[in-house]
Amino acid sequence: MDVLTENWSLYGKGFLGTVELTVYASVLALVLGFVMASFRVAPVGSLRVIGTVWVAVLRNTPLTLLFFAVLLGLPRFGLILPFQVFAVLALGCYTSAFICEALRSGINTVPTGQGEAARSLGMSFGQTLNNVVLPQAFRSVIPPVGSTLIALAKNSAIAGAFSVTELLGTYKTLNELGYSIIWSFIWIAVGYLIITLAISALFNVLEKRWGVAR
Amino acid sequence: MAVDPLIELRDVNKYFGKLHVLQDINLTVGRGEVVVVIGPSGSGKSTLCRTINRLETIESGHIAIDGKPLPAEGKGLAELRAEVGMVFQSFNLFAHKTVLANVSLAQLKVRKRKRDEADQRSRELLERVGLASQADKLPAQLSGGQQQRVAIARALAMDPKALLFDEPTSALDPEMINEVLEVMQQLAREGMTMVVVTHEMGFARSAANRVVFMSDGRIVEDRTPEDFFTAPESDRAKDFLSKILKH
Repeated sequence: MDVLTENWSLYGKGFLGTVELTVYASVLALVLGFVMASFRVAPVGSLRVIGTVWVAVLRNTPLTLLFFAVLLGLPRFGLILPFQVFAVLALGCYTSAFICEALRSGINTVPTGQGEAARSLGMSFGQTLNNVVLPQAFRSVIPPVGSTLIALAKNSAIAGAFSVTELLGTYKTLNELGYSIIWSFIWIAVGYLIITLAISALFNVLEKRWGVAR
Repeated sequence: MAVDPLIELRDVNKYFGKLHVLQDINLTVGRGEVVVVIGPSGSGKSTLCRTINRLETIESGHIAIDGKPLPAEGKGLAELRAEVGMVFQSFNLFAHKTVLANVSLAQLKVRKRKRDEADQRSRELLERVGLASQADKLPAQLSGGQQQRVAIARALAMDPKALLFDEPTSALDPEMINEVLEVMQQLAREGMTMVVVTHEMGFARSAANRVVFMSDGRIVEDRTPEDFFTAPESDRAKDFLSKILKH
């Protein structure tokens, strides 16, 4: 118990760091995932190729490797940003590949007749997607998107290895100060639980509100 | 009859893989004409119907609507589709929207009407198909026959030049078929240009100007309903009619 009370600000900073990484990377992942999913179902071949390559590369690269590539690779090309921004980029892009596939599986649950009906009324691809297909796909992708964002929250721990302030990284300092490693980790785990349970709760509400009513 | 052609198909061919589903189809539908397409399943009649608004692409041949060739995918095609309404076998009402919103959606997005104007037009059309009282329900709360009538209202909301019906009553219980056919009969009487793929021989007899009989991807007969039903020329049509008219 002492570990927490005596290092309140250290834990607090780490916790906030993880929350920030999670929120910013989630927003980036949702936006990019949405764009890439649209690309993957677009009637234009070149867009489909971009979407497919995006998913293939990012989903199949180990996240740690991606962190190395972004944090050590991009500065070589003259792109120098704070490490936290790099971490958000790496996490967001990586997770967007999974969000894209979750969205696409949702799009595939909508019967083709819905899209055909919209197109037969003269609606464009974008109108069909936004007004008819995605609102229906949205209902069935709430659970998988929730899982993906929870995975993102936990994956953010990798950023700690690249000297970004986040929750898991606090253990190094605590360890040096001589605190019990077990209690340090228990409180870190509690911190992650608070974040992931909050995401779960949010998605439960979304599901109750918007989930599939069959 | 076809002095003023609205829909023209010339030498249209289509394949599904190796299957030659439409073979050298030539068909002209005049303005105000009602053409009923019948034939055994797998004869290509639904595919024919779907090529007219390019829900199915064709490998060769020409399709023109109102003198203009069918455009490729894109804005031009969307504009054309707005002029050619389509009613599907499985209704395909937008499941997440109310009946009223189903009828109004494309008016708002494609015709750029104001919401009041669109909703008012939708209510008129729902009144016309006898469903004004159901406007605020979701499609799943309606019977099949009611859903199909909403689908017809939705197609009419675009003020189309022609309507395509792809087996509109095939997914309905027998007692609901009539309420849909009555709406279609009324449209036919009002002079709407219609291409109707159906198994309803009664409708073909009473409402059609011409009956097109298809078999194995070809148009075998294209005649008035009177001629077709009383004296079919081809063996294939005789065989088909003898099977369906027996019971």
